[in-house]
Amino acid sequence: MMEFDSVIMSRMLTSLTLAFHIIFATVGVGIPVMVSIAEFIGIKKKDAHYTLLARRWTRGFVITVAVGVVTGTAIGLQLSLLWPSFMQVAGNVISLPLFLETFAFFFEAIFLGAYLYTWDRFKNPIYHWLLSIPVVIGSSMSAFFITTVNAFMNTPQGFELEGRTITSIDPLAAMFNPATPTKVFHVISSSYLTSAAILAAITAFYIIKKKATPYHKKALKLTMMATFIFAVTTAVAGDLSAKFLAKEQPEKLAAAEWHFETEKGADLILFGTLNEENEVENAIRIPNALSFLAHGSFDSEVTGLDKIEEDVTPPLWIHYMFDLMVMLGMYAMGVSFLYIVLSKLKRWNENNKWLLWLIVLNGPFAMLAIEFGWIFAEVGRQPWILRGYMKVAEGATTSPHVDWMFLLFLGLYILLGVFCVTVLRKLFRNNPVELELEQRYPNISNRGDDE
Amino acid sequence: MSYELIGITVLWIFLYGYLIVASIDFGAGFFAYYAKITKQDHIINKLISRYLSPVWEVTNVFFVFFFVGLVGFFPDAAYYYGQTLLIPGSIAIVLLAIRGSFYAFENYGSKKSSTYMFLYGATGLLIPASLSTALTISEGGFIEESNGQVRLLTQELLTSPYSWSVVFLAIVSVLFISAAFLTFYANRANDKPALELMRKYTLFWSSPTIIASLTTFIAMSQHNQRHFENMLDLWWMFGLSVAFFLGALLFIYQQKRYGLAFIMVMFQFFFAFFGYGAGHLPYLLDPFITIESSVVNDTMGLALVIAFIAGLFLLIPSLILLMRMFLFDADYVKGKK
Repeated sequence: MMEFDSVIMSRMLTSLTLAFHIIFATVGVGIPVMVSIAEFIGIKKKDAHYTLLARRWTRGFVITVAVGVVTGTAIGLQLSLLWPSFMQVAGNVISLPLFLETFAFFFEAIFLGAYLYTWDRFKNPIYHWLLSIPVVIGSSMSAFFITTVNAFMNTPQGFELEGRTITSIDPLAAMFNPATPTKVFHVISSSYLTSAAILAAITAFYIIKKKATPYHKKALKLTMMATFIFAVTTAVAGDLSAKFLAKEQPEKLAAAEWHFETEKGADLILFGTLNEENEVENAIRIPNALSFLAHGSFDSEVTGLDKIEEDVTPPLWIHYMFDLMVMLGMYAMGVSFLYIVLSKLKRWNENNKWLLWLIVLNGPFAMLAIEFGWIFAEVGRQPWILRGYMKVAEGATTSPHVDWMFLLFLGLYILLGVFCVTVLRKLFRNNPVELELEQRYPNISNRGDDE
Repeated sequence: MSYELIGITVLWIFLYGYLIVASIDFGAGFFAYYAKITKQDHIINKLISRYLSPVWEVTNVFFVFFFVGLVGFFPDAAYYYGQTLLIPGSIAIVLLAIRGSFYAFENYGSKKSSTYMFLYGATGLLIPASLSTALTISEGGFIEESNGQVRLLTQELLTSPYSWSVVFLAIVSVLFISAAFLTFYANRANDKPALELMRKYTLFWSSPTIIASLTTFIAMSQHNQRHFENMLDLWWMFGLSVAFFLGALLFIYQQKRYGLAFIMVMFQFFFAFFGYGAGHLPYLLDPFITIESSVVNDTMGLALVIAFIAGLFLLIPSLILLMRMFLFDADYVKGKK
């Protein structure tokens, strides 16, 4: 019984740390890209607005990086502290990507420091911009390597297990397992999407509350364009992921879609509820769409839960996570598309209040989609920690003190969350754009009438 | 050279790297707080934040690198250390998290508060103490394995003279290394008052450092005879360590060549740390893990070594660039950039 408790508590603590870390990790991957784009446009167009945009985004970004770094360190250590048996076995196979991830992180850390402290150091601003490239590479490569580890846990390969002894390891096969391409594509693309959406939401909120200055209009245009592009690539990545699941992890897709019986021409189920006999009620059914989603043809056969043994079936509530993730992703694409259409049509005002509010909502929605997506992906491979090899309960620590550690970390994350928000708000309140523009670029006008 | 030997050497180098860069950081926190309560903060705080701001994140990576590498090269270590270090490990994470994020909040966000300065100073001493627990445990005698379960003997750990002498050594070394570095940095910045203050601190912390080294040595002879004798066989390494210590002290006392003095401090700890490490082998965790028994599979060992070499080609030039920008750029150090 004691062991059972530490399994539950270890799962809860790991979920807590990851759910908190993912917020900062996501913006940590995406914001450097947006900063780099903005600075580059600023240099090319010789437009100080964009340069200032990059500068202000970076300043806020550092605060989130700090929380990302410390929570990342926490999850890195917790892997061994909470899942010692898992790490003992899997450590033989996943050390390479874990090791490479720290190299990428190292690379990013070095250049982020350099980038932050050299804004006015070079005569030619392009040198400063060049320092942003290793930051972008480092953060995206970190995401790549760590995602390969997660992909490996979903579709392990590249080793043989005899008892607890691992033989015939192929490190590259383990890293480039079947889940890697779609997972990496989906993770990186959705991080870019979410970061762009959040920056757009902040800008839109400012325009609603204060006014639409040229600086804010440019910021909104840039971030909404980026949101749309990354929403499209994320949708493509999502579609590829579904096709991957149908082929390699049918139980996850079947549980996500409440697809109980293997059949041809399977329907896609949107929302709905399950009654006590596991029958779907109140749902919207799209005929044959699941077959199309799974295999690209409307009458293909989709494996149902009847083919999956009961003790390795994932919990059925992941259906809601899946639906919410997809809906919120569609919302991001729809809102950004609407903004672009309205901005092209001269007689409509793309900065009208209704649209701005939709854009504001899109920021938190995108982050929620990330959380839902990860919950779906992770709970969807239960009860396995290493699918097909090791169940979660066999991997956990036997220490009886995990419950106290859970409270300790809960307190820590609440503290960090509150402080992070307070500091960010103060940072931008005390130093408004207008003031900074005037001080740094006295020649540029920022009134609404100069466009 | 076999993979396990390459592996442990790489890890030890990174842990040594962390020892130096983190000591500078942790000690700086203490000095900043101490200077504040003795009303001397205007002298050194600017100097400290000028050095630390661009590098705090890099410091953290050295640590991450070490523990990821340890689990990577020696997966068994994850099992034994993971099972036993849940509480000290978690406490260390929380302290590191508070310190790291609050450093960024304060320096990039708003202005200094006294609570923060206190936390920054206190964590600077508590973190080395909690991290040194892992080293203490590695000597054996603090872990029990029965019925397939591994647990930490907290009682033994808290009453052992050896574990306390390690904690004491960790704290005073941190202060000594940090003071020696900041003396050098103040000199480069041509900041006379800061130089004088830091020089005083360096001289002050040098005696507890050497005393703590000796007491730890003696406590070790009581706690782990085998390790102690191995270290006696490597007597020349510890001799060199003491020689470098005396050399560094001499230069700092004579008020000249502070750069060389700090390099000598680095050598002092290099020889002591590698002598300690070499004497520890072949055990990683006495008596449960030896480096041969726990090493990762050969194919993975090779892959890790290749990745490591490739990574160094990326890291070394980047680190040199960083140092040239912030450590050896005289204008930056003096605060002109």
